[in-house]
Amino acid sequence: MKSARLYISLKPDILDPQGKTVHHALETLGFDAVASCRVGKYIELAFPDLPTEEITRRVGEMCERLLVNPVMETWRVEVVEE
Amino acid sequence: MRFGVIVFPGSNCDRDTYHVLSTLGAEVEYIWYRDSHTHEYEALVLPGGFSYGDYLRTGAIAATAPIMKSLREDIRQGKPVIGICNGFQILLESGLLPGALLTNSELKFICRDVFLRCDNCDTLFSSCLQAEQPLQMPIAHHTGNYFAERGVIEELEDEDRVLFRYCDANGMVSPAGNPNGSLGNIAGILNRQKNVLGMMPHPERAADQELGSVDGAGVFKSMLERVIA
Repeated sequence: MKSARLYISLKPDILDPQGKTVHHALETLGFDAVASCRVGKYIELAFPDLPTEEITRRVGEMCERLLVNPVMETWRVEVVEE
Repeated sequence: MRFGVIVFPGSNCDRDTYHVLSTLGAEVEYIWYRDSHTHEYEALVLPGGFSYGDYLRTGAIAATAPIMKSLREDIRQGKPVIGICNGFQILLESGLLPGALLTNSELKFICRDVFLRCDNCDTLFSSCLQAEQPLQMPIAHHTGNYFAERGVIEELEDEDRVLFRYCDANGMVSPAGNPNGSLGNIAGILNRQKNVLGMMPHPERAADQELGSVDGAGVFKSMLERVIA
């Protein structure tokens, strides 16, 4: 099996109040070296043994059709052997 | 006039909408999301609620439902469609309206009355409304912070497609009257053909004097009048 690990983030120009709040909480705990924090989503998709490029292509299509909203989100995918 | 109210798993304003429309004299039927046609209705409603538990993104899963294919065809042919709250979210996720809704700027679910200014009283959703008179109706959402790229906002403004803006009780559009951080205080927009309206506030919950306001009834009355005429 192979696994596609999909990372979805808010676009950089979109305010992320959740990330800001988490950042603030980290500072409160004394973790003051963090410059900024953004909270995103992580999706794992398991595939039978297809070629990696084929998996990447299909995940791209899935992102376009459903998994990502291009108005506000960006994504990247890693395909790994499980 | 025959209205169809599309019911998804998790819709919860379908009955309110049905009640208001039938009180106003329309013939109303529910349409199940797995059905495949909407052609027999003269106007369609995507009601509020939490379709599919808001999984993935609000409205994203409902946008893939079987009924959406027929809805899309009907919209292309000019049929009036109103999406309220979750219905607006579904229209955005389907690409039938431009932009997206983000989490409210203060990260809270907001359930309270707001005031709205109607910026275009010459549409099939607003011919019974008055621009000078702020409308009072409730919002009830966590994801209603309207966002679109600058070019899209400019296009909406230039084409008079921002139908409703959040304002204060005096009708002033200001940051103080904006409950959720929406760009330009945008509360409701139209598609280019102006036969599709998406809005976050709930006109169906403000259409009975016993519930505090009847300002929302004007939206449905406008639709009824226009389609009958």
